[in-house]
Amino acid sequence: MEILMAFVKAFAVGGLICVIGQILIDVFKLTPAHTLCSLVVAGALLSAFNIYPILVDFAGAGATTPISSFGNSLLTGACEGARENGFWGLFSGLYKSASSGIAAAVVFAFAAAVFFRPKG
Amino acid sequence: MAKKPQIAPHYAQIVKDNEPKRPLAANCLKAFAVGGGLCVLSQALREIFLFRGMSANEATAVYLVILIGLTALVTGLGFYDKWAQWAGAGLGVPITGFANSMTSAAMEHRSEGFVLGVGCNAFKLAGAVIVFGSVSAFFFALIKWMLGVL
Amino acid sequence: MLKGRQTWWFENAPSLLCGACAGAEMESKGPLAGSFDYLYYDMRAGRESFEKAEQSIMEKAVEIALQKAHLQKEDIDVFIAGDLLNQITSSNFTARGLGCAYLGIFGACSTAVEGLALAALLISHGYGQRAATATVSHNATAERQFRYPNEYGVQKPSAAQFTATAAGAAIVAAAGEGQTKITCATIGKVVDFGVSDPYNMGAAMAPAAVDTVITHLQERGVASDYYDVIATGDLGKVGQGCALELFNRAGVAIKRSSFLDCGGLLYGGEQPVFSGGSGCGCLAAVAYGHFLNLMQKGQIKRLLLVGTGALLSPLTYQQKESIPGIAHAVALECR
Repeated sequence: MEILMAFVKAFAVGGLICVIGQILIDVFKLTPAHTLCSLVVAGALLSAFNIYPILVDFAGAGATTPISSFGNSLLTGACEGARENGFWGLFSGLYKSASSGIAAAVVFAFAAAVFFRPKG
Repeated sequence: MAKKPQIAPHYAQIVKDNEPKRPLAANCLKAFAVGGGLCVLSQALREIFLFRGMSANEATAVYLVILIGLTALVTGLGFYDKWAQWAGAGLGVPITGFANSMTSAAMEHRSEGFVLGVGCNAFKLAGAVIVFGSVSAFFFALIKWMLGVL
Repeated sequence: MLKGRQTWWFENAPSLLCGACAGAEMESKGPLAGSFDYLYYDMRAGRESFEKAEQSIMEKAVEIALQKAHLQKEDIDVFIAGDLLNQITSSNFTARGLGCAYLGIFGACSTAVEGLALAALLISHGYGQRAATATVSHNATAERQFRYPNEYGVQKPSAAQFTATAAGAAIVAAAGEGQTKITCATIGKVVDFGVSDPYNMGAAMAPAAVDTVITHLQERGVASDYYDVIATGDLGKVGQGCALELFNRAGVAIKRSSFLDCGGLLYGGEQPVFSGGSGCGCLAAVAYGHFLNLMQKGQIKRLLLVGTGALLSPLTYQQKESIPGIAHAVALECR
């Protein structure tokens, strides 16, 4: 039962974040790039007020799959770094928890460029 | 220097009358269903990895990598853009949208070579997200550090 | 001779000797598939890149047009061509293989009519016996240059348009040859009503189309029903609606059934082309295929072709400029 609730919460929260994105595109006529940037900055801001981690605890993958979690991981990394190493830790920590996503995107994108051609 | 023309009010009305309305409710429903569905898939992967003894952070990192890999595959096979035309933000907002933006740019510029094409253009779209995420996170963290509320 | 301020009246009306068009898979599924002389079922046309394919498609159209006219490359005195790519490379590289005098032109999607008007002007004044004019567009090269990478997942609104993968070529010859004559052309001015939505180019171009058509009718001194068909290039459903409303407000009567849009004719209603087809190959392929066939059969006697172009680049749009439109008109009539 508990696991079922976890799925329902993931679905609802993840879906709602996507709906916010859709509204930014359709109502506020933002480009996809502007929409994603807004969500990432919003994620970082919510993280700064310790709200995003609560959302992650609540919704699990529903909060970590949307791009807003990228802002959350960047901020979490920077804060951890700063806690350990002060000012310079802001730099060394920034990508600490987001690095796997960026690395995977770069590597797989390159692989796709090697093996596939755009269909047009 | 002539100033940029502003749209004349009477013409703005004509355009509005002839432009089909964006189906906001349907688009939002699709985005909700597809985006939510993707999160359920992630959650399933997460539960599996947690069950196998990974920490929450590790599990998150691993299923994000899996989603990104799958996106690169689906983009390469030419399906992602077709699906996204239907699902809209449902496929744009999750991390898969980020992976798709990198993969599609890298593939598109393959014709200009690996260095000048793939290398220089892979971050063409995704770069914006990284730049804004990094800069905003850095300054929010800096403020928190200065206030001593890390 | 100049009539009014913008209309070129050709005393020795040159002939549109023949035309040819080539398309790709989407066009092959549309209602006009039968009017194409050559269809590619591979978006790369067997080449390594979309850009090279675009060039191949234009070359094919020119080659077939020459064949139909029983002409060799050497018989062409001037080649006038344009396309949508940066520095109009598809046209330049096609001209490289022709080895004749070449004028590269850019008028966005109005280029086909611009080229036809210039070819007619040169030939009617004796600066050559035969001119070739061609335009091409390719969906994948246009997507990548003006919008996003082809495989990028972005949701397009229904006011957007679909760039046709098509080329059209025409041979213009001095009076005396051929059945279809080019009687006059109206060169449009750039009109900007301040539309800035790059996903609604039809609305951006409609005021230019209306301006040119009204100017043409006034300067030529005819009513709109003089023409059996007035065919715009790529206004799409949205732009066509806007144009009809503008005609209505200007008090110019236009019959709905004879006001057609090449971008609307090229694809069927079930095809995913949003508001309609676009691109400078769109009008060229429909005009030099479908419409020329109808004129040769005598089903259309007088045709006004109105090429419409949105003169933007990704840079001007990102710098928050509005989208200026242009339209040129050429009148084709049976001898």
